[in-house]
Amino acid sequence: MSTETGQVHPISLYLKIWGLLFILSACSYAVDYFDFQGYLRWFLIITFMWLKAGLIVSIFMHMAWERMALIYAILLPPMFLMVLVGMMAIEGGYTTLTRILFFGPGSAPIVH
Amino acid sequence: MAQEELSPDGTAVALRDGWDGVVADWSADKQAFSVPWGKAMMWIFLLSDTFIFSCFLTGYMTVRMSTTEPWPIPSEVFALNLFGQDIPLILIAIMTFILISSSGTMAMAVNFGYARERKKVAILMVITALFGASFVGMQVFEWSKLIEEGVRPWSNPMGAAQFGSSFFMITGFHGLHVSVGVIYLLTVAFKVNRGDYEERGYEIVEITGLYWHFVDLVWVFIFALFYLW
Repeated sequence: MSTETGQVHPISLYLKIWGLLFILSACSYAVDYFDFQGYLRWFLIITFMWLKAGLIVSIFMHMAWERMALIYAILLPPMFLMVLVGMMAIEGGYTTLTRILFFGPGSAPIVH
Repeated sequence: MAQEELSPDGTAVALRDGWDGVVADWSADKQAFSVPWGKAMMWIFLLSDTFIFSCFLTGYMTVRMSTTEPWPIPSEVFALNLFGQDIPLILIAIMTFILISSSGTMAMAVNFGYARERKKVAILMVITALFGASFVGMQVFEWSKLIEEGVRPWSNPMGAAQFGSSFFMITGFHGLHVSVGVIYLLTVAFKVNRGDYEERGYEIVEITGLYWHFVDLVWVFIFALFYLW
């Protein structure tokens, strides 16, 4: 557990997580290899991605055993990035729409 | 005017003003996180790095959503011809496994550090650095292959021009992090081996480990969002 001298955990725990990360990576690779498409592909990719990220941060980076003050200071700010992602997704959709409208097939020719 | 502050033994102490006050405040014995300061600073650096990589990945999402040209299919672009057949994304998969393995050896190095077995720490850190160096080597191979095929930051023969700029920017910045990490690992491994931390303790190995695991963490996101999407 967390002590003043640092994080000490049994090697066997690291080896198990290592193995899990290997399996999860193999799973994400399999998604591409077997060519899943559509929502199933997105769902699987994102699920495996967050599982791997969670294991690395919580076990390898010892976040699971840190005090709450540190956990929130580090993990909360990135959550706000979802706002940026949301705004840029709207912006990206809008840009595509205008590009199709003005430059796509059947769009009105620009008359000067 | 002069503000006061309670000292640990309960008496009021006048706070200093001006630059003296700035220095006193920043160097005062106040602590929010009950971890070594180096570890707290590494976490805060990694937080800022998270924002940099998130900006790149969000930018990539935006240009990929907004282009009307077809996006090159990563599965085909990064296929490698091995044993007479095209295997999709195989090099990227190998790179992923290498980086995960390097994270494993790094985690073990941290463990041996606190057990004060410094020879094992140094060996494991050098192995981690070798994994990292081979990762960068494969990335160089991948870059040269794509450049040979005509992929440029402003155009490419497979489709949307934004593919090249996103690819070189994101993987380049990540590769730079891995390269810096290899140098960092080797430096700390050298000092561990020399016995520099026998008195100060082996927190530095955990701090170096945080940086290295972060590099692996970023790759998880790049692998999922850029190569698999």
